[in-house]
Amino acid sequence: MSKPRFVYVTFIATTPEKLWQALTDPEMTPLYWFGYTVDVRGKAGARMTARDPSGKLVHDDPIIESDPPHRLVYAWKSLYDEFKDEGPSRVTFELEPKPGQVKLTVTHEEFEPDSRMFPRISQGWPAVLSSLKSILETGKALPSTMAKADDHAAKARA
Amino acid sequence: MDDVFKALADPSRRELLDRLRIENGQTLGDLCRRLDMTRQAVSKHLAVLEAANLVAVVWQGREKLHYLNPVPIHEIAERWIGKFERSRLDALADLKRALEAKPGDDE
Repeated sequence: MSKPRFVYVTFIATTPEKLWQALTDPEMTPLYWFGYTVDVRGKAGARMTARDPSGKLVHDDPIIESDPPHRLVYAWKSLYDEFKDEGPSRVTFELEPKPGQVKLTVTHEEFEPDSRMFPRISQGWPAVLSSLKSILETGKALPSTMAKADDHAAKARA
Repeated sequence: MDDVFKALADPSRRELLDRLRIENGQTLGDLCRRLDMTRQAVSKHLAVLEAANLVAVVWQGREKLHYLNPVPIHEIAERWIGKFERSRLDALADLKRALEAKPGDDE
């Protein structure tokens, strides 16, 4: 039997360079990623950081590979209390240019046995990737990712 | 989007997606073993699902593993579900599930 893994594929009418920037630039990610600021501008060995809409640091993980605009790999360990005992999993982004669009494959794998993160992942990535496609193709994020961002922001203010 | 609807308009292909949802990352052989379909039919259905981007494929050594890719279905949902309808629709879906569940059913 294969190891637990999620594989998500989306085709986006953009260039690999623009898609790479959307995935790594902390000014771009809050527009489509539930309001999270994700910074993956460094090279392999540097850190990937993510902050939630309240500014709380929720990821501080090593970048494993960075080959712009083709392949990006980083570790994934949530700093939220709920996941504090769980080791890191791994996320890989592969960008393949196709005529007029880019094929983006996101693979999330190497979960610990009985991972609490694993079931959560299946809710997050499809929304993030649909919204990423929308922002690159139309300049607009999708309602579900913005609703979640509003929700986080409201909690942060409370 | 036409590809997605055409792919989903067939009960055997929906059954294949259900199987992958239960256990992701199966080979053609794994899928055939649990279904009452010929290997050729399963292979043909998988090709349609792959072309519609509902199934993603990963090669692991000589094994071709099939993964359910829900992103196109998510995009369809986003097109017609409004920002403030989502939580009410989730509540309705929960209610329907609870009322229709048979006693002793976990799901």
